[in-house]
Amino acid sequence: MKKLMTGNEAFAYGAYLGGVRVGAAYPGTPSSEILDNFSKYPGVFAEWSPNEKVSMDVAIGAAYAGTRAMCVMKHVGLNVAADSFFYAVYTGVKGGLVIVCADDPDMHSSQNEQDNRNYAKFAKCPMLEPSDSEEAKQFVGMALDLSEQFETPVLVRSVTRLSHSSTPVDVTEAVPAPPSEELPLFERDAQRYVMVPSNARRRHPIVEERLKKLAEHAESMPINYIEPGNGELGIVSAGVNYYYAKEVFPDATFLKLGMVYPLPEKLIREFAAKVKTVVVVEELDPFLEEQLRLMGIEVKGKDIFPLIGEFSPSLVRSCAVEAGLIEAPEAPPEIKTELERPVRPPMLCPGCGHRALFHVLKEAGVLITGDIGCYTLGWAPPLSAMHTTGCMGASIGVAHGIDKGGVKDEVVAVIGDSTFLHSGIHPLIDVLYNQGVTTTIISDNSATAMTGFQEHPGTGITIQDQTTTAVDLEKLIRGIGFEKVDVVDSYDIEKMAETLQDHLKSGMPSVIIARHPCVLNTRVREKPPEVDVELCLNCGICLDIGCSPLVQEEDHVRIDTLLCNGCGLCVKVCPQEAIISE
Amino acid sequence: MKKTDFLMAGVGGQGTILASNILAEVGLHLGYDVKKAEVHGMAQRGGQVDSHVRWGEKVYSPLVEENSVDYIVGFEMLEAARFPHFMKKDGVAVVNDYRINPPLVNLGKASYPSKEDIESLLLTRAEKVYWIEGTKIAGELGNPAVVGVVLLGALSNLVGGDKEVWLEVIGKMVPPKFVDLNLEAFAAGRQVTA
Repeated sequence: MKKLMTGNEAFAYGAYLGGVRVGAAYPGTPSSEILDNFSKYPGVFAEWSPNEKVSMDVAIGAAYAGTRAMCVMKHVGLNVAADSFFYAVYTGVKGGLVIVCADDPDMHSSQNEQDNRNYAKFAKCPMLEPSDSEEAKQFVGMALDLSEQFETPVLVRSVTRLSHSSTPVDVTEAVPAPPSEELPLFERDAQRYVMVPSNARRRHPIVEERLKKLAEHAESMPINYIEPGNGELGIVSAGVNYYYAKEVFPDATFLKLGMVYPLPEKLIREFAAKVKTVVVVEELDPFLEEQLRLMGIEVKGKDIFPLIGEFSPSLVRSCAVEAGLIEAPEAPPEIKTELERPVRPPMLCPGCGHRALFHVLKEAGVLITGDIGCYTLGWAPPLSAMHTTGCMGASIGVAHGIDKGGVKDEVVAVIGDSTFLHSGIHPLIDVLYNQGVTTTIISDNSATAMTGFQEHPGTGITIQDQTTTAVDLEKLIRGIGFEKVDVVDSYDIEKMAETLQDHLKSGMPSVIIARHPCVLNTRVREKPPEVDVELCLNCGICLDIGCSPLVQEEDHVRIDTLLCNGCGLCVKVCPQEAIISE
Repeated sequence: MKKTDFLMAGVGGQGTILASNILAEVGLHLGYDVKKAEVHGMAQRGGQVDSHVRWGEKVYSPLVEENSVDYIVGFEMLEAARFPHFMKKDGVAVVNDYRINPPLVNLGKASYPSKEDIESLLLTRAEKVYWIEGTKIAGELGNPAVVGVVLLGALSNLVGGDKEVWLEVIGKMVPPKFVDLNLEAFAAGRQVTA
C-alpha cells in the first residue's frame, strides 16, 4: 500500500521502522517536522534538546550503549553540533547513529546556504542522500545498518525540497521488528571513548581505514547505480536534483548516487567510460564534481549550472540549453508584462507581542542587535528595529562587543525565549563576568514559534506531551548573578518604555523579560477596535507599527476586522485617540 | 495516463496547502503517480503560499516546470497573476474572485492590479480563465475557510476523474465535523463550471 508522505514524515517513519529508540533535535526549518512525527510513534523516546549540540551528545550516548538513535537538525544546526559530531566519528558507535541534516538551498528560512555535504568529507563520515520520500524512509534504515556495520555515525542529507515535498511511500511494512529483550549495555572501554590525545591518536588511523572500507563498500551498494541511456550524455546526480535531471535529460545515461560520500571510484570510472560527456548536476557546491576531477575524469558542472540558489527543472533545462547539451523546446507565447505585482513579505502577525516591543525600541532610538526567530522580522520596514542578526545566540555577545568597542550609542540585545535557552545563557554570563553594561531583552512568547510552536525547556511540556519542570528565566538569570532583572508584559508599552530607560541609565548589566504568549499559539483573540473616521487625520502614525489589518484609505485608516487580533497596540499609538476599543 | 500539472497559489491562512493535499491524494486514488511540493517562505500568515501538484504515469520532479502547467488555481487574484509564465499554451486558470491587499498596497505605496489586467495577463497563455466567487460562496455556506474546496469543485469538472473519488478523498481529509460543509462546498464549486 502506498501513502503520500512528506520527506520529513518519511524520515520519521524510516527511523521508527529501523528501530530507532532515541531521537533528539532542536527545531529548525526545514527539518522540524521529522522529530515532531517521530515522537508520536509508540515505544520511542524523543526530546527537544536545548540546542543541536546537546541533541547530538544525547544521540551519541544512546548509540554508545547499543541503542539505535537519531539526531535531527537543519544545516546550520550542524555548525552548533560540530564539535560533538567530530568526536563521535573518532570514537565510533555501537548502536546505529543516524544524523538527518536538512540543507536549505535558496535560504527559504535560513541565514546562509552552506552545503553540508562538505561536513561528510570534513569529519570523514559517510553521507547518504535520498531523492524522494520512499528513499528517505529506506535510507534511514540503511544508514542505521551501515552505522552498526562500520561503527560510525552516518549522515543523511535532506534539502528543503525533499523535506517539504510529498511523494508516495510504501507503508506495507507498518511496524518495526520488536526490540531486543536484553537491556542495552554500555561497554566500558576508556581507550575508545575517552578522547585524550593518546587515545585519539590511536583512533585516527581507524577512521581513515574505515573510510577506505566504506569507499570499497560503496562500489556494491545498490543505491549507487548506472541507468543505461544513449551513451552520449552521462549525468551524475544525487538527491532531488536527480529528478530534475531526469525531466530534462530523458535519454541520457545516468549515474545515480545514493551515497555521496565516500564515492565508488570504480563505478564512476566504469560509468565515465560508457559516455561521451560527463555532466554533474548538483545544487550549491561542486562537491561531486571536484572529487570526479581529482579522479582525473573530465566533467562539466559548475561551468554550466550555478553555485548559488536552488535548482528546479526549469533552471536545469535553461542551463542545459545554453550550454548546447539539449535543443531548446518549443516555447509558448512569451509573457511580456510590466504589470505591477506587489510582493507579500513575511510580517509579524497581528497581535504579536514582539511588535509592541519593537515599537518601544524604535521610539527610543537604541541600537538593536538581534537574533534568530519570528522577531527577526522586526528588522523590516516600517518597524526597522533590528540592526544585526547573524545566527542563534549571537545578539548578546555582539551587543557586548559593540559596547566594549567604545560605541557611544545605547545598545540592547533582543533574543527570543527558545533562542535564549539554545545559546543565550553563555553570552549573558560573559556580559556579567567581563563587566559589561549591556541590556538584554528576552522577547518571551513562550514557544519556539517560527518553526511551528514547538515546546522548549521553558514551557514545562516535552515533545511527548509530558509535564516537566519549566526553567524559570528570571530565577535562572538572577542565579547567574544579575541584579537588575524586570519582567514586563510586551503589550504594556508605557511600562516597557519606562523600564527600558531605567535599565539603560542604570550603568548595570541587566535583563528585561518582555513577555506575551504567541497569539497564534494560544489562539487568543479580542474584538477589533474601531476607527472614528471623524477624528482620524490619516496621519499614518499607526501604519508605522507595520500591522497588516491597518489599511490606508483615501481620507482615513480602516481596520480589516477579519485579520485584526484586537491587541490594541494601534489604539495606544494613535495621537488623535481616533482608534477606539470597547 | 495523461500528465497533469497544477500550480495552486494563495495567501497564508487561505487553506492552499489542505486543498493541494486533497488534490494530490485524489490523483493517487485515480491511479496516477503523484508528487507535490510546497513553496513558501517564513510567513505563518499573510505570505505567499504556492503548491505544485503533479499527476502522471511516472512523475520525476516534485516541482512543476515553466511553460508546462495545465491548471493554475488562484486562491487570490494577484497570486494567480504571478505565474502565467508557468502555464503551457492553452492552459486553464481557475481564479478565486477575491483580493487580499499586500502590505505595500495597504500603506499606499503600491497599487493592486485590476481584474481586467490580471485576466489579460493570464490569457497570454491561458485558453480560458474561470473566475469563481469562491470566498463569497464559501461565506454563504457559513465558513470562508472552505474556499479551497469550492475551487476544487470547480476544478474537478475541468480535470475529470470519477466524482466519487473526489468526494471520498475530501470526506477523508477534512476535519470530521466539517465533512458535510466541505461536500456542499465541493458541489457548489462544481456547479460554477458545470
